[in-house]
Amino acid sequence: MKQRGILVRDFSHYYGQTRSLNKINLDVYRNEILGIIGPARSGKSTFLACLNRLNDLIPGSRVEGKILVDDRDIYGPEVDVVALRRKLGMVFATPVPLPLTIYENIVFGVRLLGNNNRRELDLLVEDSLQKAGLWNEVKDRLHSSALKLSGGQQQRLCIARVLALKPQYIMLDEPTSGLDPISTMKIEDSLRSLKKDFTIILVTNNTKQAARVADRTAFFLMGELVEIDETPVVFTRPSDRRTEAYLEGKFG
Amino acid sequence: MTKLERNDRLVRLSLLMIALSAISVLAIITVFIFEQGTPIMFRYGFRSFLLGQDWYPSEKSFGLLPMIVGSLMVTFGALLIGVPLGLASAIFLTEFSHRRLARILKPVIELLAGIPSVVYGFIGLMFLVPFIRDKFGGPGLSVLAASVILGIMILPTVISIAIDSIRAVPDSYREGSIALGATRWQTVRMVVLPAARSGIIAGIILGMGRAIGETMAVIMVAGNAADIPGSILAPVRTLTSNIALEMAYASGEHREALFATGVILFIIIMILNTIANLTSARQRKK
Repeated sequence: MKQRGILVRDFSHYYGQTRSLNKINLDVYRNEILGIIGPARSGKSTFLACLNRLNDLIPGSRVEGKILVDDRDIYGPEVDVVALRRKLGMVFATPVPLPLTIYENIVFGVRLLGNNNRRELDLLVEDSLQKAGLWNEVKDRLHSSALKLSGGQQQRLCIARVLALKPQYIMLDEPTSGLDPISTMKIEDSLRSLKKDFTIILVTNNTKQAARVADRTAFFLMGELVEIDETPVVFTRPSDRRTEAYLEGKFG
Repeated sequence: MTKLERNDRLVRLSLLMIALSAISVLAIITVFIFEQGTPIMFRYGFRSFLLGQDWYPSEKSFGLLPMIVGSLMVTFGALLIGVPLGLASAIFLTEFSHRRLARILKPVIELLAGIPSVVYGFIGLMFLVPFIRDKFGGPGLSVLAASVILGIMILPTVISIAIDSIRAVPDSYREGSIALGATRWQTVRMVVLPAARSGIIAGIILGMGRAIGETMAVIMVAGNAADIPGSILAPVRTLTSNIALEMAYASGEHREALFATGVILFIIIMILNTIANLTSARQRKK
């Protein structure tokens, strides 16, 4: 039996009066890649934002129900939001390196904790870049601006930056939507090798990507979870006709 | 050539003419100031103008050092007061206050820029000068009074440009930083401000330009003694005040010496601007 890391129970989310997620129930197992697919505005990104409470930044955001991460209610009264965000690292659709050097981008989160040990930071930078598959391309220019990297490199830098925080979960929000096929392939390779150390939630609007890398796939539609199952099951014999229609490209 | 292309060329040509005429006015003013001000400097020597400490135009003594020092002190004082206040206000209004409050306050702050400088000077003379005289001693008319008034006068410039450049920082930077576990303040300090730096510096340069060029308000609160101020409580005369105070009755070499004051003011502003531009350019390259 696989261990469950995140439990979502009857979870709903509202932007003001508009309901963006409706009674979601799902589990995320440890060391799996959970793919989340669905058309635009189906609530996929909102769901990720709710998992590390980035939705707090949006005025008028409101939640119902529960999300337990490692058995703790993340909307409970005594939650350390900053620690939560370190535990659930987030990679965004558009790569957003901070306007700093490559090196400083990666140690940003660690420096916030007050760690300024040069040797440790150097090791951390190398380790994170290795895991994200970027080390060989940038090892000679760690101290040049991260904004000069190509889109694919920037995205892998963002993954490395999240890894440097030593999170337990990595959430990626359409990480390859703006990238060419080769960069996409490199990122998918990194994800597969990261699986043994991390639990990965991958939101994607490219269903084929979910088919390639996800162990299980969840299908969101208009704020509802239509179905969630082992990836081959979802793609070959989905239990819901809407899933079938979406995968066949009938809408979305 | 088609009609459209001809049209396009006509528009380009007329815009070029308009742009050139605006620039040429500036060029003519520059040439005029230098043409009027430099001969006397050659006659008496640059040293006696830049380093001479005595300004007695009737006795052919044209030392501008007290006014140069005065202008720099007052401008620096204004920045010391205006920049931290302005930056703090801009950060609060953009990053920490309610959006509605910022929407109301920003136009109000910009309105401050529209108050005539004589009003600032008058308020300074009525309230600030007596306050300084009573609390700190001295005549009240002083470097301190001029710095405070100028510091307040540059606030609108500093604040509104800082607000614009902080707002121009993409939200994705903030999200990225917060997703990495930074607090709001850490995000502002480590990500937003560095990203907005060149805009903020531009705002400070403009504020500095305003402070060094401001005349009326300074004349009213600075005391205007043509001596190098011994403390921030001593009276001070700036380069601009020097011209404004004496132009009404100056003639001959005295008049030329006032133009020379203008030349030096011009050069100082050029130097400060260049320094500021270079620093902001270097920061950006990093």
